[in-house]
Amino acid sequence: MKKTLIYSVLFLGALISIVPFLWMLITSLKTGNYSLAITIDSLFRDLNFRNYKIIWGKIPLITYTKNSIFISFLTIFGTVFSSSFVAYAFSILDWKYRDKVFLFIIFTMMIPLQVTMIPVFVIYKQLGWLNSFKPLIVPAFLGGGAFNIFLFRQFFLNIPREIIDAAKMDGLNHFQIYYAIVLPMAKSVVATVSIITFMFTWNDFMGPLIYLSDKLKGTLALGIMLFVGQNQTEWGQVMALSILMIAPVILVFILFQKYFISGLMFGGSKQ
Amino acid sequence: MNHRLIIFLFLSPWIIGFLGFGIYPIFISFYYSLCQYDVLQIPMYIGFENYKNIFFEDLLFLKTISNTFIYTFARVPLNITLSLLLAILLNRRFRGISIIRSIYFLPSLVSGVALSVIWLWIFNPQIGLLNIIISFFGLKGPLWLQDPQWSKPSLVIMSVWSVGGGRMLVFLAALQNINPRLYEAFKLDGGNDFQAFFHITIPLISPVLFLWSIIEVIASMQIFTEAFIMTKGGPLDSTLFYNLYLYNQAFENFNMGYASALAWILLVLTLIITTIQFKISKKYVYYEGLK
Repeated sequence: MKKTLIYSVLFLGALISIVPFLWMLITSLKTGNYSLAITIDSLFRDLNFRNYKIIWGKIPLITYTKNSIFISFLTIFGTVFSSSFVAYAFSILDWKYRDKVFLFIIFTMMIPLQVTMIPVFVIYKQLGWLNSFKPLIVPAFLGGGAFNIFLFRQFFLNIPREIIDAAKMDGLNHFQIYYAIVLPMAKSVVATVSIITFMFTWNDFMGPLIYLSDKLKGTLALGIMLFVGQNQTEWGQVMALSILMIAPVILVFILFQKYFISGLMFGGSKQ
Repeated sequence: MNHRLIIFLFLSPWIIGFLGFGIYPIFISFYYSLCQYDVLQIPMYIGFENYKNIFFEDLLFLKTISNTFIYTFARVPLNITLSLLLAILLNRRFRGISIIRSIYFLPSLVSGVALSVIWLWIFNPQIGLLNIIISFFGLKGPLWLQDPQWSKPSLVIMSVWSVGGGRMLVFLAALQNINPRLYEAFKLDGGNDFQAFFHITIPLISPVLFLWSIIEVIASMQIFTEAFIMTKGGPLDSTLFYNLYLYNQAFENFNMGYASALAWILLVLTLIITTIQFKISKKYVYYEGLK
């Protein structure tokens, strides 16, 4: 009796989690009146891929996809290298106030983005970077975020000292040790950080919204906005575009489930 | 090479970023908050005029504060409790359990814009999924986002769907770290499941609960994209949250000085709330279980 109840609750919860996805998929495959009022008996009637074709003509979808991929790729690259590089100073290298400074970095995570947002906007304006991808990419190369430094540091601290010492004996300097020994050992963290960064950059809305005003410089996240709120929202098309947008994330999840979940466990997750 | 130089070189990306995009903006932001500034002309110093206006003249300020707090106080306990309950239910072995867990996690992959447009459509009073299901039971669903009474609860419901599965996995990991012998011993001493939950489970996972309640509070107070896309702050300003208002002041009205003052108030509020959470945690969070 108790077991049946538990399983029913779990089943209901799973249904709530997945039904919006299935409904989305079905809506994206319906055009005309069918997308407006879906009833149970017309659920699978007249499914077609027309919406997926229409959206390519309505907005510069290929450009948006390219922009999103370009920004995500460079951001991941910058984040992985700069956060692991800085983490090296907080784990492998020894110095006096190391752990205190690191605690301070963690503390800076509490500062709301809004406090620095306006001056940073003004800085980019003065640099002439508005309406370019630079404001979205360059910061990734400057430290890569406190949380990612934290993930790498935790891993680096567990690397046996003997390995570092042996490398030094072989005549490697710290930059070589970082690049040839420490970083290759941290593959799992590289994967985790890449995936978290990908999720965040791919879905980022506020950054592109503030910095990219040129229509052709937009990202997918901005592109969806062009479909919503115009006189009559074409839900079939919106859903088709949403599916195109979440498909890469789901694909990455399926391929790298292990890293995805371990990244989440550490505390970094979407807002 | 000199050891100090090496340390400095490894730190340099962070130092540049921290000075250029951290320290400098924070101080400049405070200066802007004392100015009238529209980005086009140079900032004009006006003292504490912006703060005075925010606290004594601006009726929307109080509205946004109350909207944000109501949303946060509804969302945080609900999400933490439901995810924990779900984790407890899923903390067992049966066939297909890993598929079930993945299904629960699936919504966590959707965020920001995609999440907002999907739920905009789920909440649609006429053709949305939610009201279709409700009408299936012969009832009439509310107007959801279009009703000032329902708009905030709607966003809370959406957040449960969106983050619940991810939080559940974190709590599940914490539950699986508890030594099963503790429960056996507790039962031998005559305790029941219900007592075990409050005397073993809760204390042992309290550090995780605490960490995630902080993350949840910060995330809730930062809500922006959902409101920006789904409601634009309406109806009747019922979803005009703090960050949305700040964004409007900064990038719609170009009141950069005013918006900077709002940002500084947010900083102080965040620090106060987090300090309170830490004070409370000293009393209730049990760290021995981690060692």
